[in-house]
Amino acid sequence: MSCWETLTDYGLRSIGIGERLLPRSDFTLCQQVVLIGSGMIWNVYFGLVALVTGFVLATAVALGKASGQTVTRKLSEWFIFLFRGSPLFIQFFFAYFAFQSLKSVSSVFDPFSAAWLGALIVLFLNTAAYSGEIFYGALRSVPKGDAEAADAYGLSGWPRFRRIIWPTMLRLAWPAYTNEAIFLFHATTLVYFSGFPAWQQKGDALYYASYFADKTFNPFVPYPILAGYFILLTLVILSCFGLINRRLNRHLPQEQRLRVKFRPNLIR
Amino acid sequence: MACYLTTAKHMALYWSFGTVLLLLAITAPLALAFGFGAAAAARSRFLPLRWFGQIYIAIVRGVPDIAFFLFFVIALDQAFEYIRHKVKCPDWDQPIRQGSDFVVCAAAKLPMGNAAQWVHETYGFFLAVLTFAIVFGAFAANVLFGAMRAVPRAQMETAEAYGMTPRQIFRRILVPQMWVYALPGLSNLWMVLIKSTPLLFLLGVEDIVYWARELGGSKTPRFTDYPHGDWRMWYFLALLVFYLCFTRVSEVVLERLMVRLTHGQATLGGEAQRKVAA
Repeated sequence: MSCWETLTDYGLRSIGIGERLLPRSDFTLCQQVVLIGSGMIWNVYFGLVALVTGFVLATAVALGKASGQTVTRKLSEWFIFLFRGSPLFIQFFFAYFAFQSLKSVSSVFDPFSAAWLGALIVLFLNTAAYSGEIFYGALRSVPKGDAEAADAYGLSGWPRFRRIIWPTMLRLAWPAYTNEAIFLFHATTLVYFSGFPAWQQKGDALYYASYFADKTFNPFVPYPILAGYFILLTLVILSCFGLINRRLNRHLPQEQRLRVKFRPNLIR
Repeated sequence: MACYLTTAKHMALYWSFGTVLLLLAITAPLALAFGFGAAAAARSRFLPLRWFGQIYIAIVRGVPDIAFFLFFVIALDQAFEYIRHKVKCPDWDQPIRQGSDFVVCAAAKLPMGNAAQWVHETYGFFLAVLTFAIVFGAFAANVLFGAMRAVPRAQMETAEAYGMTPRQIFRRILVPQMWVYALPGLSNLWMVLIKSTPLLFLLGVEDIVYWARELGGSKTPRFTDYPHGDWRMWYFLALLVFYLCFTRVSEVVLERLMVRLTHGQATLGGEAQRKVAA
């Protein structure tokens, strides 16, 4: 079987299009590269959707933590502590079993115990908590002069936030937020290794990598392939976030701009 | 209820909390030692050693660490068996990799095929500790490398002016002063280490996640005196609370440690402490 046929058979295997049965013996390098790459679709899906939705909640949580109202502040603080203080792995397990028990209450919760929605919710809340803390830190370091200038121009309420505070907050938070985004994409590999099962062997990249490692007893091929894919993904994220960073900093002189520095990834 | 919570299997669950704490207690110093070695290597003036340190630090970046956990356990296992195979069976002529099988002679098997159950478990635990130490060693190395560079240059120059050798400077000036710069990074790492302990489950050790799944699953009256439905949700809730408490206690302790380490340092924090005391 040529490599092109493998690509058409297994290229979209992780979302259920193409050949149903996974290869069982005589694994070629091409099959491993294609299937693991096919699994990356899920990693990108989880990461991208959680990042975009999490961004909105994170802004809200950051504002909540900085707000003067005790109830809002306490709620945001507890939310952040809850998701930053416990392992994501346990959160996945807990969410899966919680959704399982909710299933018997009402059939509305049926899709929640599937990975595409249930795991996404956990990732969304998790990244919202982590980025919320980053945004809160940035919010506190918005220069006093900026806010005073906004007051002097007669801006208040929503326009003041939208046009002065928010852009500066984002600009200050961006380097740290870039790292958070990279962590998040790496954390997506945990999905199919916790409670959420892979239905009909539609898994993510790590799922297929460990499938091959288990079948061939040779970790030296699939895991480096996986590593290669993730390094590529990391580079793509870095360049996208770098572009946004350039835009956020465009009004500043060159040497004052905050540079995005990639720091090592850590589990959560 | 009290009877239910003290069945033999629950005792195993409580012991597995001990396993987690033991893992932390062994891994943290080991990873710190790895990290210290790698950071010192990355600063070395001997080029291959410096490359080794820098590559070790760099390689853990950019790749999800769970992949490392899955990779290292098999790779380390095979590496040990390969070395033992080379030493113990020199006249073995068949290839070790036969297609998708990894074949070594019987004497080189680790642990021995006839070993007791606890040897197998300890070996698995040992592999897990080593994997954690390798991965977290790289993170610690990165933190310590940065901390070594953060020690004020003037301190080192003063030491040179006193005629100390590079080795003396490293031991007496650099190492005692770097901790205050390293602590924020290291405490962050400690939190991350706590939160990565459930990954033990993936490495095949019977840890708290294993027991929580085992005990929480529905039980029928045929197999147990205490039948119940699917309680896994509550078991994982308990684990969640355990981890939350653990991180909270760690935060408080590390905060105190930071105050102590800042004492008498040439930093803003140290200066503030001095002013309060004076």
